Amino acid sequence: MLRLDALKAVYPHLETRVVVTIMGAVAAELQSLGHRENFFYLQHAMGLASSMGLGIALAQPDRQVVVFDGDGSVLMNLGGLTTLARYRPRNLVHVVFDNESLLSVGGFPTATSTGSDLAAIAAAAGVPRTAMVRTLDEFTRGFRDALEANDLTTIVAKVDAVGPSRYVTDLSLLENRFQFQRYLTRGGNR
Amino acid sequence: MSPVSTANSRVIYDALKASGIRLMSALPETWLVHLIRMAEDDPGMILVRLAKEEEGVGVSAGAHLAGMRSAMLMQNHGFLAAINGIVSGAQLYRIPLLMLISHRGEFGERDPWQTEGGGVTEELLRALRIPFLLLDDPQKVERRIAKAQTLAYSANKPVALLLCRDLMWED
Repeated sequence: MLRLDALKAVYPHLETRVVVTIMGAVAAELQSLGHRENFFYLQHAMGLASSMGLGIALAQPDRQVVVFDGDGSVLMNLGGLTTLARYRPRNLVHVVFDNESLLSVGGFPTATSTGSDLAAIAAAAGVPRTAMVRTLDEFTRGFRDALEANDLTTIVAKVDAVGPSRYVTDLSLLENRFQFQRYLTRGGNR
Repeated sequence: MSPVSTANSRVIYDALKASGIRLMSALPETWLVHLIRMAEDDPGMILVRLAKEEEGVGVSAGAHLAGMRSAMLMQNHGFLAAINGIVSGAQLYRIPLLMLISHRGEFGERDPWQTEGGGVTEELLRALRIPFLLLDDPQKVERRIAKAQTLAYSANKPVALLLCRDLMWED
C-alpha cells in the first residue's frame, strides 16, 4: 500500500475533522492532496504529534481529531501511547503509517522491520481499539469504522517506504500554526 | 507529615487558577505532591499525568492551539528531558508555554542524586533564551505567575518559573 493512496482514500473524511500530522513524507503528501485550514503539520518535535492530538482532543471534546503518525515517531514516544490510553479521548483516531524505516533521513530501518509490532504495543498500552492493516481496502474500512466507533483507536497501516521527492512546501510553519489556531478557536465547521 | 509546604502549594495553585489555567500536565516529584493533588481534586482542572515530561510540551501546544490555557509541572530533570520538544515544538511554533520547574539541587539539597541538575538549570534556560524568574517568596507568587503568563502570551514563547526550596520546603 502507498501512503499517498491511503491518504487519498480517506481525504474526503478529513474535511470536518481536526488533523495533526508528523513531519516529512506524511506532511508533504497530505499537502499535495490539498491543504486545509484544519490541518496542522508538526514539522519537527518527533514523537509529539499524538501528544498534541491528545491536548486538542481534551480541550475540545466535541471535535474529532485525527493524528497521522509514523513508526519512527511513535518509537520515540512509546510512553505517549500509555498516556493516550490513560485519558482515552474518544474523539481521537491515531493512524500510524509504518514503512519500517526512517524514510526522510536516508531510509534506515526502524525496529518495526525486525518484528516490533506497534499495534500490539498500543493494545498492551491500553488503547481500546487497535488494528494492523496491510491493504488499501482494509485501511479505508478501518478508518471509517474508527470515525464511527466513538472511541480511541490506533490503526497501524503498513505502507511502502517511498515518498515524495522533496519535503519542503510553500506553506510556512508559522502560517500553518496561526491559521490552524484560528480555525480551532473560532468554533466553525464542527 | 511531609515537609513540603501545603500553604505555599495552595498559593501557587490559586495563582495558576487565577491566571486562567485549565489544563496541567505533570510528572510527580516530591516538591510537587500537593500541587498535583490539588489539580486532581479540582473538577475545573484537567490533569494529564505523563510518562515523560516532553509529552507535556505536545499536550500544552495542542491545548493552546485549541484555546485552552495550560501549565507544565515538572522537576528540573524533567525540564532536561523535555528540551528537544521545547525547542523543536514550542519555540519553533511560537507556543506560549508556562513551565513550573522545581529547582532541585540548589543550596540546602540533601539528596545526593539531585545535586547535578541544580547547577545547570538556570544556565540552560539562558542558553535557550527562555525568560525565567525564581519563585521563592509566597508574597510574590501571584504577581510573578500572572506576569510570566502575560509575557508568554505577548511574546508567543515558553517561559519558566523556578520553584525554590525556600517556597516549597519547610525545614
